[in-house]
Formats: sequence, structure tokens, C-alpha cells
Amino acid sequence: MANAPGAIAALADPTRRSVFELIAKAPRSVAEITRALPVTQSAVSQHLKVLKGAQLVSSEASGTRNIYRLDPRGIEKMRKWLDGMWDQGLASFAKHAERKDD
Amino acid sequence: MGASSVPPIAKSITVRAPIERAFKVFTVDPITWWPPAYTIGTSPMKAIVIEPRIGGRWYEIGEDGSECQWGDVLVWNPPHSLALAWRINLDWKFDPSLLTEVAVKFTDIGGGRTEVHLTHSKFENLGDRAAEALRIFDGWSSNLERYATFIEQTSERGT
Repeated sequence: MANAPGAIAALADPTRRSVFELIAKAPRSVAEITRALPVTQSAVSQHLKVLKGAQLVSSEASGTRNIYRLDPRGIEKMRKWLDGMWDQGLASFAKHAERKDD
Repeated sequence: MGASSVPPIAKSITVRAPIERAFKVFTVDPITWWPPAYTIGTSPMKAIVIEPRIGGRWYEIGEDGSECQWGDVLVWNPPHSLALAWRINLDWKFDPSLLTEVAVKFTDIGGGRTEVHLTHSKFENLGDRAAEALRIFDGWSSNLERYATFIEQTSERGT
């Protein structure tokens, strides 16, 4: 699986992996994650920053706290890219097919 | 993860060209119309090749001569239809085990015009970074369990 090298590197740290696995089970706040692990809240925040950078988790404000959940953006990003590709591609294809000189 | 609910891309365009020409322009030297920004190579694209047969490769050739495979031909039915496997993963890398499918239909609508209908589907196969990372670690866990069982069995035998 060479699909997600950045993501895998982000999970190499065992504590960070525990943070990720907690979020994978259910969306949670920093405080909830901290309560479940033997590390400080600032350490958890650092791990969350790395996980966000690798697009493994995303956060959403809920009242005064951020709720972290698995990040579903990867596919949607690729789909948008391909949507643009086929839009531009088909328009250019039609122009080319309608040319009479070749 | 909602990955199975990713809808396919569907596009239609009518071209003032006969069906044979529409199919030919689409499949022979697609570099003539391919938007140049849509490349996965490191060098600008010099050519795009769709080998005209089922199983044929679909790839780009860079100005430096390097080839980057995109996928392969699943259906080859000129001038009516073709289907291509687009095997580019979320890291914009070729992955032969990944299948997303581009199906193109050409319909003669009379008056020397052709309707081209394209769908790009099976995005759910892209998985998802997070889901995939979990799957990999699940795989590792079960490997470790098998390893542990193996060690226990062999050490029992050894003692």
C-alpha cells in the first residue's frame, strides 16, 4: 500500500496513533482525548496538528470546543480535480474535433 | 466514511463532427486536446498514448522521455464506445491495484454531429487516507497476531 506515505509517517508515533485511533472510534474534543491518554493536553494538541497536516483528521468548532473527526477530504479533492480535467478536456476535445484542417 | 456515496462525474458534449472522427480525435494523440495542467509526470507532457486494444496501456510521455502510466483500456469498441481504467491514487501516483473507470460513449445524432457522453466512476475505490491508514494498521495487527501464534507454537514444539 503505497497509497498514503504521509499518512503512514504521521502514524509512526505510538501516542499519535492512539490519538488517531480514539478519533477513528468516535469524534472527540481535545479534552476528551487527553482524558483517555496518559499525556498532557498540549502534547495531544501537537499530535492533532500533525494528524491534521497529514489530512487524517479535521476539526470543527462546536460551541467553545473543537471536535476532531476523520478527514474525508481526500476523495472529494481528487474528484474535483478530475471534474475540472474532464470539463476542460471535453471542451478542448470538441474544438479540436470540429476543426476542418486536419 | 461515506466513501461509497461519492457520485460519479458525468459530462456530455455535442460536437459538429462525424462519429468516426470524434472517436479518432479522442483516442489518437489525445495530447492535441488534453488540458496540459492535468499531468502526473514531473516533466511537461509531450504525448499521451492510448494503446488501441483491450488491455492496452494509457500513459503520458514527458519531454524528458519519461513515461507515466495512468491506466489501461477496459473496453475498445470503435467508434461507439471505450472504457479506460484511471489508476491514479490520492497521492497522484499510479497504482495498478486501484480501479476508477472512465466510460465514453459516442452517439451519431445526425447532421454530421456526435454526442459524447463521459462518466468517471468508482471513486469509492480511492478509499480515503484515514480509512486506508486504519486498514493498514488493522493488517499489521493481524500479522502480529499470526506472528505471535507462530512463535508460541514453535516454542512449544522446541521445548
